[in-house]
Amino acid sequence: MPPESISIAGSFETPPLVRPQRTRRGHLASRHVTGWLLAAPLAVVLLAFLVLPIIMIVVVSFWTATEFSIVPAFSWENYEFLLGSDVTWRVLLNTAKYAVVTWAITVVLGFTVAYFLAFHVRSQTWQTALFLLCTIPFWTSNIIRMISWIPFLGREGLANSALLSWGVIDEPLDWLLFSDFSVILAFVHLYTLFMVVPIFNTMMRIDRTLIEAANDAGASGFQTLWNVVLPLTRPGIMIGTIFVITLVMGDFITVRFMSGSQSANVGRLIQNDIGLLQYPSASATSVLLLIVTLMVIGILLRLVDIRKEL
Amino acid sequence: MNPRPRSFYVLAAIFGLFLLFLYGPTITIAILSFQGPEGGLTFPMRGVSLHWFRDLFQEQAVGDIWGSFGRSFVLGLMVMVTTVVVSVMGGLAFRKRFKGSAVLFQLVIASLVIPSILVSLGVGLIFSQAGLPVHWASSGFGAQLTWTVPFGLLIMFAVFNRFNPAYEEAARDQGATAWQTIRHVVLPIIAPSLLGVALFGFTLSYDEFARTLLTAGSRNTLPLEIYGMTTNVTTPVIFALGTLTTVFSFVVIGAFLLTLGAASRRRAKAGSDAGRAV
Repeated sequence: MPPESISIAGSFETPPLVRPQRTRRGHLASRHVTGWLLAAPLAVVLLAFLVLPIIMIVVVSFWTATEFSIVPAFSWENYEFLLGSDVTWRVLLNTAKYAVVTWAITVVLGFTVAYFLAFHVRSQTWQTALFLLCTIPFWTSNIIRMISWIPFLGREGLANSALLSWGVIDEPLDWLLFSDFSVILAFVHLYTLFMVVPIFNTMMRIDRTLIEAANDAGASGFQTLWNVVLPLTRPGIMIGTIFVITLVMGDFITVRFMSGSQSANVGRLIQNDIGLLQYPSASATSVLLLIVTLMVIGILLRLVDIRKEL
Repeated sequence: MNPRPRSFYVLAAIFGLFLLFLYGPTITIAILSFQGPEGGLTFPMRGVSLHWFRDLFQEQAVGDIWGSFGRSFVLGLMVMVTTVVVSVMGGLAFRKRFKGSAVLFQLVIASLVIPSILVSLGVGLIFSQAGLPVHWASSGFGAQLTWTVPFGLLIMFAVFNRFNPAYEEAARDQGATAWQTIRHVVLPIIAPSLLGVALFGFTLSYDEFARTLLTAGSRNTLPLEIYGMTTNVTTPVIFALGTLTTVFSFVVIGAFLLTLGAASRRRAKAGSDAGRAV
C-alpha cells in the first residue's frame, strides 16, 4: 500500500472535529427535516389507517345504535352492558386460555426446531434450505391451511380411521374437529413459525466460542443448553412470544372455523356484533381487546429491545 | 469433524415430524382435490379425476372466483410496490434519530400488535361515516398496508443494522451527493433484501383476510371468496381451489427465490475486485 493512502485513511475522522459550530447546528436541524421527509409516507399510512381508525373506534364505542343505523351520542351503555355481562369475562378467559396454551406449545416446538437448525445442521446450504422449508407456509393462505385439517380430523378423517384400524379406539373420536383441540392445533400449525424465525435469528448470532468454552469447562450438553444457549436466546423468544400472543388474542377466524362456531373468543364477540350491525357495541368490545392486548405487549416489550435484536 | 451426538437424531426426527405437520394437511387436500365426481371431503378417493378443477372454471358452480383472483392479484401488486417504497424510505429515515422518531417507532410496533379486526372495523367506520364507499383498492389497500409496511420496515431495520457505512463514506469522499450515494451505492447493496420486502408485501396482501373483511366493499378478494365458500360449499371443489391458490403461492415464492439466486450469482461474477489487487 502506498504511503499516501494511509494518510487519506487517517483523515477520515478529522472533519467533525474542525467543523464550525454554526454548520453543525444547521446540520442538526436538517437531520430532523430529512428524517421526517423520508418517514413521511410511513407516518401518513400509520396515521390514516391505524391511528385515525383506532380513534374512530374509541369515539363510536360511546355512540348508540338503532336497528338500522348508529347514532352519535355520549353514552356509557355499551361499556355497562359489556362489563356487566358475565359472557364477556368467560370469553376473555377463554381468549387468555387459547393464548397461553398456544404460546406454551409454540415456544417449546419453535425452540426445538430452531435449536436443531442452528446448532445441529452443519452445512450452510442445508441450513438455508431447511429454514426456507419452515418459512414457506407463512407465505400461503391461512384459510386454506385451516380448511386442509378437515380431511384429517373429521369423524371419517384420516386420524380417526388410522386410530380405528390400529385398534386404539372403538368408535371415532368426536373432539378432534370443531373443538378446543382443533382450535389450538390450528393455532400451533399457523403460528409456530413466528417463534422459529426470531429464535433461529438470535441463535445464529450466539458466539460459538461460548459453547466451546462451556464444553471445555465440563458442562454437559443439557447444561450448555440450559445455562448458555437459553439465556442468550431470550430476546428471540420474547419477539416470538409477542407475535404469537397478539395473533392468537386478536384472532376470530381460526376460532370460528376450527371450533365450528362452538367456542368464542373476544374477536368472535366483535365479529358477531359487526354481523348484527351493532357497531357501537363492537367498538366497545374492540376497545376492551385493545387495552388488554396493549397491556400484555407493554409488559413483554419491557423485557426486550426489538430494534437491537433485528 | 466430530461424530454426531445422539441428540442430533432425536432432534432430526422431531424436525421431520414438524415438517410433516406443516405440509401434511396441504398435501392431503392436494390429493383429495383429484377426487372423482362422486367423492366427498374425506378419504377414500372415489376415482381420480379433474372434475373439481373443471368446476372451478364454470362460473355458476362457484361464484366469482376469477374476478376475485384478479382483484387480489392487482391489490397484491399495489401493496407490494407501496410497501417497498415506504419501507425503504422509512428504513433510511430511522438510521438517524430525529425528533419524534421514537414515537413513530412505537406506532410501527403498535401496527404489528393491534388485532387486525380493529383495523378492519376502524377503517370501515371511517369510510362509512365520511360517506365514502369502501372499496378493495382504497380502504382495503390502506388497511393491508398497516400489516405489510411494518413487516417491510422490520426487514429494513435488520438490513441497515448490518450495513457497513464505509461504502457510503467512500462515495461521499469522492464527491457523491446524498442522492447519488443512495442511488448508486446503498440501493444496489440492499437490492436483494428489497426482493424479500416485495415478497412479503405481495404474499401477505394476497392472503390477507381479517383486514380486508370490512374494507373490501361489495367485490370480494380471493381469501374473502374462499371464506364465503367454506360456509356453503361442501364438495371437493374447495380443495381444488385451495390447491390452485397454494400452487400459485409456491410459484410466486419460487419466482422470487430464483430472481434472488440469479441476482446474487450475477453479483458474484461482476462484483467486487477486493482482495484481487495486482
